[in-house]
Amino acid sequence: MSGARNRMIARAAQEIAPGMVVNLGMGLPTRVIDHIAPDFPVCLHTENGLTGIGPTLPYEQADRNLIDAGGAYVSTIPGSAFCDSATSFALVRSGRLDLTMLGAFEVSATGDLANWKIPGRFTPGAGGGIELAQKARRVVVLTTHTDRDGNPKLVGRCTLPLTAKACVARIFTEMAVIDVTPQGFALREIATGLDPATVTAATGAPLALPTGQIPEF
Amino acid sequence: MRLPDKTTAMAEAIARIPSGATVMLSGFGVPGTPFALIQELIRQGQDNLTIIKNDANETGMGVDHLLAHGRVKRLITTHIGLNPRAVAMMNAGEIEVEFCAQGILAERIRAGGAGLKAIVTDIGRDTELAQGKPRLDIGGAPAVVELALRCDVALVHAAKADTFGNLTFAATARNFAPLMAMAADRVIAEAEAIVPLGALPPDQVHAPGPFVDHVVALDTLSEEYGVVRRA
Repeated sequence: MSGARNRMIARAAQEIAPGMVVNLGMGLPTRVIDHIAPDFPVCLHTENGLTGIGPTLPYEQADRNLIDAGGAYVSTIPGSAFCDSATSFALVRSGRLDLTMLGAFEVSATGDLANWKIPGRFTPGAGGGIELAQKARRVVVLTTHTDRDGNPKLVGRCTLPLTAKACVARIFTEMAVIDVTPQGFALREIATGLDPATVTAATGAPLALPTGQIPEF
Repeated sequence: MRLPDKTTAMAEAIARIPSGATVMLSGFGVPGTPFALIQELIRQGQDNLTIIKNDANETGMGVDHLLAHGRVKRLITTHIGLNPRAVAMMNAGEIEVEFCAQGILAERIRAGGAGLKAIVTDIGRDTELAQGKPRLDIGGAPAVVELALRCDVALVHAAKADTFGNLTFAATARNFAPLMAMAADRVIAEAEAIVPLGALPPDQVHAPGPFVDHVVALDTLSEEYGVVRRA
């Protein structure tokens, strides 16, 4: 399972094209940073006010004033800049963010995203998630395919309060890479050795399968 | 001419905050949280507070002390997921929590500081955060009116301050501080170092002194300011 999860994170990292400005959300998306080569030209943004995130540091080397939005101790690289929270979100809302990778409680077949509130159980709040989901030029989700109880996270309609409507373009799970298309979920790639029927069974809405060989990751 | 000296003893500055006040706290997680001013607020006992802060810190830190001591009536925030007490108190109805999209919280504060009454945005229009808020049609698209935020007192943490209250912030500790410093009737800044007038290069000041009322020196930094080692 954890091997599959690592492959999913490595696969998601390929979503980042040279020259992009990218925000990696809390949780699984943050781990994508481990799969970006040191000389790869990309500007990582974190909404607490840093553009040009450098490597995560061990506690012994950490700067107490330098974290990412998830609380990890990060560093600067040549060309990094700090800004206040208003400026940081001006960057997001004005369309300067090419790509964001977010976590999810639910994603619907029309690309709706729910990731901030499970009424009566857990309401962490949306943080910067609403603006990232609504305004990044491309929104992809990294998530487990099902929740802890085995329920599908990919659903026909979200039952949880929404973060943003029709925002998700692609979903990476430990089972598959799935696009949100005008016709609903479409399987693009599958984890090595997995049967498409297994993915279909774990998905809470119709999943269109490609014709011919399904690429593996 | 000489710029006035605003250095103030911590107890004297915090004593200006009455119970029932609306208080903004700078900080995103640990960086920028004015832990010492919060501790003095705990010591003095003001309660029934409305707190405006990005997050509720973590267990045993910052806002968590205010919650544990029952001083908070209402919390305007963006994310409390790292503070189980805040989530539990909200679920139990012991505090009111108003969630706001993070950048919209920043803009509401900035608007308050800029003498504006509200901002208009499409952020959150499809979410329950927009419920009950005035709506406008802007160029054929729906938008939400978000009211500006001001407060009675803003407590901010600075890396350096001069005696007039010009402030600089370190790294990601800047976050909401320069915005909150504009949006308060009274601004109390704690600083890790207070330097003489002229020691901060004018083009490197992050929050100009006229916004700041009190500058409080931090002689030592408590453990709360340090690197947090999480399991």
